[in-house]
This record gives sequence, C-alpha cells and structure tokens, in this order.
Amino acid sequence: MEAYLFYIMAAVAVVSAVYLIFEKNPVYSILYLVMILISIAVLYLLLGAQFIAAVQIIVYAGAIMVLFLFVVMLLNLSAKEELKDALSFQKIPAIVMGIVLLSAIGIILRSKIPLGKQGEYTSAYVHDVGNTQLIGKLLFTKYLLPFEITSILLFIAAIGAIILAKRK
Amino acid sequence: MTNVSVMTFNILSVLPILVLAGFGMIVLFVDILFSKRLGDKNILAYLSLAGIIIAAIVSRGTTPIALYSFNETFVIDNYSLFFNFIFLLSTGLVILISHQYMKRENINYGEYYALILFSTIGMMLMASGADLLNIYIGLEVMSISIYVLTGLKRSKLTSNEASLKYFLLGAFATGFLLYGVSIIYGATGSFNLKEIADFLINKGDVTGPFVYLGVGLIIIGLGFKVASVPFHAWVPDVYEGAPTAVTAFMSVGPKAAAFAAFIRILMTAFGSTHYEWQKIVYVLAILTMTVGNVVAVAQTNIKRMLAYSSIAHAGYLLVALVAANTLGVSGMLFYLLTYVFMNIGVFAIVIILSQRNDGFMQINDYAGLGYKHPLLAIAMTLFLLSMAGIPPTAGFIGKFYIFSAAIKSGYIGLAVIGMINSVISVYYYLRVTVVMYMQEPVREFYPLTISPFIVAAVVISVIGTLHLGIFPSKIMELVQQSILTMR
Repeated sequence: MEAYLFYIMAAVAVVSAVYLIFEKNPVYSILYLVMILISIAVLYLLLGAQFIAAVQIIVYAGAIMVLFLFVVMLLNLSAKEELKDALSFQKIPAIVMGIVLLSAIGIILRSKIPLGKQGEYTSAYVHDVGNTQLIGKLLFTKYLLPFEITSILLFIAAIGAIILAKRK
Repeated sequence: MTNVSVMTFNILSVLPILVLAGFGMIVLFVDILFSKRLGDKNILAYLSLAGIIIAAIVSRGTTPIALYSFNETFVIDNYSLFFNFIFLLSTGLVILISHQYMKRENINYGEYYALILFSTIGMMLMASGADLLNIYIGLEVMSISIYVLTGLKRSKLTSNEASLKYFLLGAFATGFLLYGVSIIYGATGSFNLKEIADFLINKGDVTGPFVYLGVGLIIIGLGFKVASVPFHAWVPDVYEGAPTAVTAFMSVGPKAAAFAAFIRILMTAFGSTHYEWQKIVYVLAILTMTVGNVVAVAQTNIKRMLAYSSIAHAGYLLVALVAANTLGVSGMLFYLLTYVFMNIGVFAIVIILSQRNDGFMQINDYAGLGYKHPLLAIAMTLFLLSMAGIPPTAGFIGKFYIFSAAIKSGYIGLAVIGMINSVISVYYYLRVTVVMYMQEPVREFYPLTISPFIVAAVVISVIGTLHLGIFPSKIMELVQQSILTMR
C-alpha cells in the first residue's frame, strides 16, 4: 500500500514538474508547482515526518504560492508574450548531454547498488519520542548555533528587502 | 516528554561573531535614531571599524588544540583563527576604501556597513564550521548580504542587473550545494565532518557512488562561489555592475571563505577519497586559470579585467587544492592573505581615479597617470606586479609556494600550465603600467579628492604586499602552524 502510494505520488510530482516547465500560462505553471509541493508533502507523510509535511503545505503550498500568484497577477503577464529564446542553439546539445548524463548515472547505479547508513532517527524512534518534539529538541540542542544564526539571515533579508524596494 | 540534556557550549568560542553582530545592530540603530544629526555618517564607518578591531582582538592568538563547541558543530583551531584574520582584515580595508566612494555615489546608507559586518559573520561561520549544516548557513548569510550590496545603487540599471543575475545564479548554485549535502547525509548518516570521515574510512565501500555524487555537487556549489570555470559566467557582469567598493569586497572575502570551506570539507571529511575528487579539481584548475587569463587579455574596462583576473587567481588557488599536501594548503592560505592586500589595493586606486557613476573605468583613462600622480602610479604598478607574480612582491612568493606544492605532489604538468598562465597574465597587468607611463593622457586629471581613509588603505596594502614579499618566513610559520591542528 505504502509503496503504491509512493509511486503514484512520485509520478504525479514528476509529471507536474514537466507541465510546470512547458506550460505557457504562468498562472497554470504556479498551480502545477502547488501540485508538486503537495505530492512531496505526501511523500514526507509516508516517511513518517508529519510535522515537515504540515509545514510544507502551510508555508510552501499556502503562503509562498499565494505570494507567487500575487506577483504574477500584479505583473499582468499574458500567455501571448512569449519570451524569446536567445540561446536556441543550445537545445539539441542539451538534450544529448542530458541523455548521456542519465545513462551514466543509470550504469553506475546498476553496477553497484549503493547503501546508505541507517540513521539514528528510525521511524520507531520518531514514533516513540514524537515528531515535533524531536525537531524541537534537535533545534535547541545540537543545532542551536545554526538555528540562532538563521535569525541573522532573516534580519539580513528584511534589511535587503527594505533597502532595495523603498522609493526615495 | 523527552529528557533534554543540556549540551556543552562555550559562548566565548563565538565571541567574534557576537561582537560583529552587535556592532551591526548598533550601526543600524545609530543610523536610524540620529539620522538628522549625523551629517556625512562618518561615525558609522568609525563604529564598524571599531567592531572589526574588537573582533580581531578577541579572535587573536593561537590555540594548541582544536576546540570544539556547540555539540561539535563549531570549531576554533589555528586554521579558523587565521581565516578570521583574513576576513577581518579584508572587511576593515573595504570599509576604509568605501567611505569616500559611498558618499560620492550618493548611496551612503547605514545599512551598507551593517550588511558588510553581517556578511563577515557568514564567512567566519564557513571557516569555523565543523558541520555541513553550519557551513551551509554561513554561506547563505554571506551570500544574501552580498546580493543586496550588489544592487545597492538602485538608480543604475547595470547594478540592478548584476544583483538579479548574482541572486538567481547564486540561489541555483546553493541548491546544488544543498543537494550534495543531503546526499552525503543519506550516504553517511551525519553532517559532522569528522563523523563523515570516520564512516568513509571504516565502511566507505558500502556507500559507493552516493558519496561521489554528493562530493561532485558540493564542488559545483562551492566552485560557483570561488568563481571557477565553468561556473564563472556571472563574474564579469556582476563585478562590473556592482558598486566598486562592493566589487572589492566580494572579490576577496567570499572567495577566501569559500576556499576555507572547500579545504575543510574536502580534506577533513573526504580526505580518504581524495584520489577521486582530485581529478575533478584538476580539470577545474586548468580550465579556470586558462579561461581567466586568456579572456582577461581582451578586456578594455578595468573592472572587467580585474574580474577575469580574479577568476585566474581562483585557478591558481585550485592548483594548491589539487596538490592537497601540507605545502599546498599553507601556500593557499599565504596566497589568500597576499590576495587581500594586492586586490583591495588595486580597487582602492580604481576608486580614487574613477568618477561618479563609474566614469573613467577604461584602461585608456589611466594614460599619463605616471606623470600627473606619480605616487598613485607607483602603488598601482606594485599591486599589478604582485598580481602577475614578479619578485620582490608577495604574489611571487605565493605562486612559488603553490607551484612547488604541485610539483612535490607529482603534478608537474599542472605546475607548467600554471606558469604558462602566469606569463600570459604578465601581458595584461603590464599593459596597464605601460599605458600609465608611456602614453599621453587622454583625460583631465582634475585635482583628486582623496580622503585620509583611502590613503590609509593604500598604504596598508603597499606595506603588506612588500612585507609579505620580502620577509615571508614569519607569516609562513604562522600558516604552517594553522594547518597542524586541522586534521
């Protein structure tokens, strides 16, 4: 059951990503992006990361996508104004190189099945402690320094937004 | 409920970062609260310099052993202390050269100084991170400040374009880095550099291609930040479009920080797989040196020429990374220090001679400088000779150490290519000198307004370039000490 759900959601994400790129209308593109984010949120749920899944839906699919839509509507882009492709000669070499890269990765992965290391946070352990509690514990103990530095990062972003956007 | 064990953390270990963050906030508050009474905002430059000096005082000295804190995610060793010195020195010099420039360009915002200080925090975090997560956050803090600084001149289109280009490509490159970090986590089960190294030494064969994929992606992400070919496409436009003082800043500090992270990640965590990543870095080094130097020959704008020269210098530093021995790393650290002096020195003189809105940025505008302003011309000649690697300047010693490290590791072909590239670079560096001394002036050298700050920066750079070139042994000892505690 879980395996089927994984394949379905992965397929939805990949197909939406393809549509996102080839769709001419920017509003439809954004809706496909929402599809990708939601299907990835389901993948998180399958991995037992409920908190991350909820945050993914609330922050990305909710807040950031609304912002995207606002910007697209404010810019008033119409589908007819197609962007000119200044580098059209790149298209065929890019496709060829992409196929070469994919087959190289495929050959390497087939020659030797890579195994990752079993981490310390197995799904049983996460279930035992609780999802949100575990994230909170890690943020405030092991990763305290990066967590605090993130506040400077947000501060810089706020300063940057103000200084670049304010009119004289 | 879970039991939360209080971890060991040593607040003193992050004291330089706290000092810089505090002074960044103070600068912002002073700017807002007293903006009516400040006038030309000299006090903000003084405050930032005070912050730099205090941070340098608290992070001075050496330590006999590597001190880990914050649950082994942050490390103070001689290596990170040496890099802290490089970052603080370059930021201090940039504040000295930017003071007059910001007023002239009418972009004398208080936020400029705060962002430069915050960006330095990111660099320090990258050099002291013992954990991939810390290095990543440091990289973001550093880069986002610079994206904003690049677009500071809002009325100029090229500045906006440079900022947007740098932001989009930079975000893309950071994505590569983060993808690499996540694959490494999946393969080894840790972000910690030491734990990754232990895992690879003991059970490296089970993870196989995953580790190579992760290392390759990390090399792409950091290769973008050090401006190595083929991830260099942003460099010329961004260097040309950014305000000149910001160009000086981003050509020195971030490059040093990215190299600091590069060495620490590749040598500490992936030291056991170095035969694999050396091949990639080998190709990158040859491409970066050659493309940088050959394209620089054709440039007529001095900022673009310096952009390509900065690409070429990244190539020489990558040669040291390929050598991957003690001499190579110490040569790289020495070269980064000399690069601070010579590069900021050149940019200081470019700022003195340019005019509002980037007037007089062509190399031909330097014609006749040798007669009108002989002292400036002598300083400029010294910096350019040092960049070309001609004795008795610091650049010669740096290149000497790097190429001898490459030969010692058996990469004779690489050292020969590096030397051929050095010879090519002599052409375009000396062309500026020839124009300065042997051509009739094409522009009016109106009486230049030179602030004492920028004179101090030029004098410090001249002394640094000559001192490191003539008496390198003392700094060399310090550098060798700084890599002893690393592994």
